[in-house]
Parts: sequence; C-alpha cells; structure tokens
Amino acid sequence: MSEHGRDGWGTRLGVILAVMGSAVGLGNFLRFPGLAAQYEGGAFMIPYFVALFVLGLPLAWGEWAMGRFGGARGFNSSPGIYRSIWKSKAAPYLGVLGMIVPVIIYMYYVLIESWCLGYAWYYLSGTMAQVGKEAATLAADGAPLSRVPYENLFSGFTGAEADGAAVTGAGMMFLLFCFVLNFILIYRGLSKGIEKFCLIAMPALILCAVLVLVRVLTLPNITEGLGFMWNPRGAPDKPFVEGFFASLMNPKMWLDATGQIFFSLSVGFGIIITYSSYLKEDDDIALSSLTSAAGNEFCEVALGGLITIPAAFIFLGAAAVGSTFTLGFLTLPMVFESMPLGYIAGFLFFFLLFLAAVTSSLSMLQPAIALLEEGLGVNRKTSVSILGFMTLCGTSFVLYFSEGTLALSTFDFWIGTFCIYLLAMFQVFLFGWALGPKRGMEELDRGSEIHVPRAVGFILRWVAPVYLMVIFVAFVWEQASAERESNMFAQIVDNKVVMMSVGFIVLVTVFFLLIIHQAVKRWQLNEAQQEAGS
Amino acid sequence: MTIGGWFTMIVSVGFVTSLLSWCVFKVLTTPESTKHIHGELDIDTRDRD
Repeated sequence: MSEHGRDGWGTRLGVILAVMGSAVGLGNFLRFPGLAAQYEGGAFMIPYFVALFVLGLPLAWGEWAMGRFGGARGFNSSPGIYRSIWKSKAAPYLGVLGMIVPVIIYMYYVLIESWCLGYAWYYLSGTMAQVGKEAATLAADGAPLSRVPYENLFSGFTGAEADGAAVTGAGMMFLLFCFVLNFILIYRGLSKGIEKFCLIAMPALILCAVLVLVRVLTLPNITEGLGFMWNPRGAPDKPFVEGFFASLMNPKMWLDATGQIFFSLSVGFGIIITYSSYLKEDDDIALSSLTSAAGNEFCEVALGGLITIPAAFIFLGAAAVGSTFTLGFLTLPMVFESMPLGYIAGFLFFFLLFLAAVTSSLSMLQPAIALLEEGLGVNRKTSVSILGFMTLCGTSFVLYFSEGTLALSTFDFWIGTFCIYLLAMFQVFLFGWALGPKRGMEELDRGSEIHVPRAVGFILRWVAPVYLMVIFVAFVWEQASAERESNMFAQIVDNKVVMMSVGFIVLVTVFFLLIIHQAVKRWQLNEAQQEAGS
Repeated sequence: MTIGGWFTMIVSVGFVTSLLSWCVFKVLTTPESTKHIHGELDIDTRDRD
C-alpha cells in the first residue's frame, strides 16, 4: 500500500515489468510470426514499424499520461479518470468500455492459459511422448507424423466437438489451478501479488524463450526457416523491386500490421490507464512506457519472430502455418516431436506461453477492482470476491459452449476486437481533444527522464483518430461484407450460442453501468462535502 | 535466405534489441525521481517576526 493508504507499486522496475507482462502474451509468440510469414515475409515489417511509431507508442504514452493525471486526482478506475479529464456527464459512463473489455477477455483468456499449462505438464509427465508415438504409428506413407492424435488431444482440452464436452475434459484440473492462482495473486494486491509475480515471471519467461531460441537456431537448415519468415518475397509474378512495392500496396497487410501493434501493446484495453494511476505525481512515465513497449517488441520480434515459424517451416513446410491456435497447439507439438531435445523445448515453450498468459490475465481485473472499491466503497477482498463470482460465471459459459469454440470466438470478436477499437478511439479523443495536446504533453513531461517528441501531441490529436477510424471502418466493412455463415453481425440472429454470448456481454455491461452510476453519486457527494468544507 | 531476408531480420531484431537495451540502461542508471518533501525548517513562510 502506498503512503496514502491506497494500493500502489513497490518499485519502478516492478511497474515496468507488470505493464510489459500485461502486454506480452500468446500474440507475441504465435500471432505475430504467423502474420509476418503470411504477408510477404519481410515486407510486413514496414507497415508494422510504421504502426508502432505512428500509433502504438503515442497511444501508450497517452494512456500512461491520462492514468497518472487521474491518479493524482484520486481516481484509479477508468470511469473516474475519464471524468477527471472530460467534464461531461457521459464521460464516466463511457468508462464502461474500460471495464467490460478486460473483465470479459479474462473470462476466456484464463481458459487458454490453462491449455498452455496443460501442454507444459504433458511434456513433463510424458503424455506428449505417448501422443508422439501414436502419431508416428498412424502416419501415412512418406509423412513422419499423423496430425490426428494431436487434434484429438487439443479437442479434449477445448471440447470443440460438442457443447459441454470440455466440462468433463482433461483441461478442467488445469483451469481450476489457473483460476485459483490468478485470484490468490490478484487478492494479494498490486505490489505484493502482481508486481512480485511479474518480477520473477518476466525474466523466467525471457530465459525460457532464449533457451528455446538457442535450440531452434542450432537446427540444421535453419536458414531456410528463417528465410521463409524474413525474406521479402514480393508478388511472385513480378521482378523483386516491383513485386516488393506491389506487396506494400496491399491494404489488408497494413490493416493487420496495425491491428497486431495495437493488440500487442495492450493499448485500448483499459489496463495501462489503471496501472499508471497508481504512480506518484512526479514519477517518470515517458521512459517507463517506452521500456515496457520495447520489452514487448523484443519478445515479439526478436524471440517470437525467430522461434515459431522458422521451426515449423523446417519440419512441416509452408502449409503448416495456420491460425494462432492451430499453429500453437497442433503444429508446434508436431515440430517439437520431430526435433532432437524436442520434449525439453516443448515444455519450455508452453511454460513460457503459460507465464506470458498469467502475467496478462493478472492485469485484467485490476480496472474493475478499482471501480468496485471507488464505486461501492468496498475493500479489495470484497471486490475480488464479486469479480471472482462474475468471471467464474463467464468462464463456465465459455467452457460449456465449446463446440467450435463459438462462445470464445464471439467474446473475442465483440470484446477483444470491436470494443477495443471503440475504447482506443475514445481514449485518443480524451487525450487529443478533452485533455488537449498542451496539457497532455505537460503531464507526459512531468518527471520525464527522456525527451518525448512534440509530434506525439499532434499525432494524438490529428493522426491517430483518423488512422484508427480508417482501420475500424475497414474492419467493420470486412466483417459486414463477409459470407453470412462467417459474418459475426448476422450470426447474432442466426446462431443461438452467439446470441446468448452477446446477451451475456450486455448483462455484464449493465452491471458495470449500475456500479458506475453508484460511483458517480459517491464522487458528487464527496465533491459537495469538500466544497461545503472549504 | 536472401540478402533482403538477412537485412530485414538483422535490422528488425537489432532495432528492438537495441531499443530495449538502451531503455534498460537508462532505467538502471537514472536515479528514481522522488518527490522532495520539505521539512519544517525548509519552509520559508516569509513572516517578518
């Protein structure tokens, strides 16, 4: 606890690693390499780095600055912080986005976390070796391994075959462990729980990744795998330079590169703004924010970019690159089965994914804890209990409606993508227009240990809103024009599970709106008492 | 692996590694900013007596 009796950070390194831990997740090691390989190899890195400088870093700086601004005025929750920046009656209620995004993402993220832990345990216990033997026995002529045992193992965890299958599946024990672990650490508070865990888990994660990287880089023919990941290929029917520039003209690549930066840095999740609100008024935020972002980029580009796709390409070829889950839970176990010392590498890889997932999920409930404490005046124990019950309901919902992972995909689309865009656009508006670039940059500069370019204020006022709006419209257009069976808007009417999932999201939103309404009343009462006292 | 591939990989990986190294160096070598708390004797009330 801080000197004012509020929860707070113990050390500067602790807050940097906690924010870094919140950002580093499965996307760094699975989604980024998959996208880079999909889009013309190295050509992808140009829109990727442009998005990092034009959108990612300015947004992260803006979120840290607004968080500390609100924290200095006694607010830790998004609704309170937004209200302190924008004197509009709507401001705290729009903060509901900062509640539902992390809380609902937690509900399905903890499930994925348990899959990572389960796979790590299977490598340790020898189960994966048995699956590997079965895959070798069932292999078709010429193929080293059959994919079927790995698919069976994964569907045993996810219950993808039928609704309710996951409840009695192998993953329940791991899910229970992850749920309890998260709540113990969250209950212990920022400095004693989250910060202490991240101080150990983040270096451990990087160590595991470096060990796996050494194993991958010492494989024979590794340059072929690296080439598949990093060679700028261009359009195949054109000369290299012409093809390279032609591939840069692909708008979908820019859209996906920007989305990757955006989700990877965890901007627009409502987490950074709450974390930074616990900093002291004159603490540096510019360097801390840059360090967290740099740590996330290191894990993504230098570790994720050198491990996953090069290893998959060497053993299984270009066709092995699939979606995030396919790459992580089907392709990579086959790759580890094929390589010498693969069981050790497999354990280390899934354990590092587990650590990355825990450090992310730990951060997701802090914004709601802050609101419950501020809005209802309850202590941490009560607010953690309320959230424990709520997230247990949500995770059980996702766990039960597991056929085709439909409930999980629906939550991920509406909350993990759609609402994140909305929240990020609102936060850009708050910094660029409500707080204003002048006050915003003054806030960012206070206590700063590096010089933040003046262009950041301009970018957050003019460039980022347009950039985000274009990407959001393109995203909505892409979804709306998709075939009916894969159109998430049409699925609300067509599919009962999607309809119920959206209904669940609405219920959680209403719950948080009621809490925010109560919080606004308390804040108004406090302000009236202070005015009367002075 | 082509020269373009080596170039892209080295520049990308080198950039993020250098950025992180520089940031960690700055964090570890810059003393933490702490709010100066004034003791009673430090405060000049500008009273004449």
